Amino acid sequence: MQEHIVTSFEEALDNINESLARMGGLAEKQLADAIEAITRRDVALAERTVASDKQIDALEVDIEAQALRLIALRQPMAIDLRETISAIKISADLERIGDLGKNVAKRAMVVDQASPGRAMQGLERMGRQVLTQLKEVLDAYAQRDHERAMIVWRRDEEIDEMYNSLFRELLTYMMEDPRTISLCTHLLFVAKNLERIGDHSTNIAETIQFLVTGETIGEARPKGDTTSETSMEFPPDAEPQA
Amino acid sequence: MSVAENIAETPASKSTVTDMPVKMETRDVNVFYGDKQALFDVSLDIRQNQVTSLIGPSGCGKSTYLRCLNRMNDVVDIARVTGSIKLDEEDIYDPKVDVVEIRARIGMVFQKPNPFPKSIYDNIAYGPKIHGIAATKNEMDEIVEVSLKRAGLWEEVKDRLSEPGTGLSGGQQQRLCIARAIAVSPEVILMDEPCSALDPIATARIEELIDEIKDKYSIVIVTHSMQQAARVSQRTAFFHLGILVEEGDTEQIFTNPRDERTQDYITGRFG
Repeated sequence: MQEHIVTSFEEALDNINESLARMGGLAEKQLADAIEAITRRDVALAERTVASDKQIDALEVDIEAQALRLIALRQPMAIDLRETISAIKISADLERIGDLGKNVAKRAMVVDQASPGRAMQGLERMGRQVLTQLKEVLDAYAQRDHERAMIVWRRDEEIDEMYNSLFRELLTYMMEDPRTISLCTHLLFVAKNLERIGDHSTNIAETIQFLVTGETIGEARPKGDTTSETSMEFPPDAEPQA
Repeated sequence: MSVAENIAETPASKSTVTDMPVKMETRDVNVFYGDKQALFDVSLDIRQNQVTSLIGPSGCGKSTYLRCLNRMNDVVDIARVTGSIKLDEEDIYDPKVDVVEIRARIGMVFQKPNPFPKSIYDNIAYGPKIHGIAATKNEMDEIVEVSLKRAGLWEEVKDRLSEPGTGLSGGQQQRLCIARAIAVSPEVILMDEPCSALDPIATARIEELIDEIKDKYSIVIVTHSMQQAARVSQRTAFFHLGILVEEGDTEQIFTNPRDERTQDYITGRFG
């Protein structure tokens, strides 16, 4: 694409893009560290991860201010308008991803002592998948590749399915041994947080679609999260002890 | 306008843009100034009760096109117009057509306010007089009052109708010119950069006026201000090098233009 006649307009847009790229990088690292902290039960890493969320929050504020200024001073149109609006939306999603990552890291400090059991493997697998999705969608944004973004959008169903099976698995553990309830509840929240990060990645994918094509997605995203309708009967041979 | 009317009208002005009947139909319009071709095969519909804005860089042909719509190019000796331009399915270039009558049905407002060096009253009364629209003094008084009211100028000038129109401020003069155009009950009003000589407040008044009177007329406006096109029009047409590059709903043109040239122009990327 040709550059703007007014170079400071070009620079203002570049700066927003740069800030967003940095924010994406930080959110990605935040999530990777949080997953590592919880699977390796690394409290020091968890603490650092919680602290680093501040940078992501600050970048969101910064991007919002830059976008506001650009709208007020330049009245962006067409692709420039979509770039600016997309930056605001994506930075909001990244900020949430940062928060959710922080929450995962916080729980890493709590589950440190307990024995995590097999569920941890499932969680690690899910974490890896969520991280891959986030990486992919950020790459798609950097390249303005809406087809790649749509692949991420469709693949979120897999994360939902992983979340379903983890949900059932953790319920089973809790029923088998009520002493694990505290731990499993934390892990359940971790899984939920990861699932939510997946959703934010699909939001970003939708924004990329709008940014590149100017059109919003008509169809509804395939959803695989059925946990809100899942319940489990207590096994008759495992009556809770009074 | 009451709140209820306002609500009822909002969807009509937004979503049924292309449902309005075609007021003027132009097909394969070519304009030559001597050997030089200024417009190439322009086909565009002007819809009733809508504002259509024509945008594009200087020399792109938008004003040339506008002037074809009421045969203003007739006064340019070396100009030649081909193609078909119809007002309500009547070819306005048909030799049988009375050009004076056509220009009464298709009024025009220019870039620089150009009131006659006469009183405010006579500025408005001139058109109806030569077209024989008013039979009595009372009728004429009414036309003057209604036109000035419609142009949002009545309250400001009703006590000094005999003063010269040229003594008004720039924005008032432009509204006087709009009132003058309205006085002969046109069906279409052409505006050639009507706000380029006005300050932002006077511009806002004219834009508000355009929005109000579009319920009664079909309006075509040439503007260099893209924000103005975005604010006042429902349809936008982009011209470049004498070609109609793209036309569509204003919202679509300014958020998601289909043609790269349109995008480059409206985002300020033209080399």
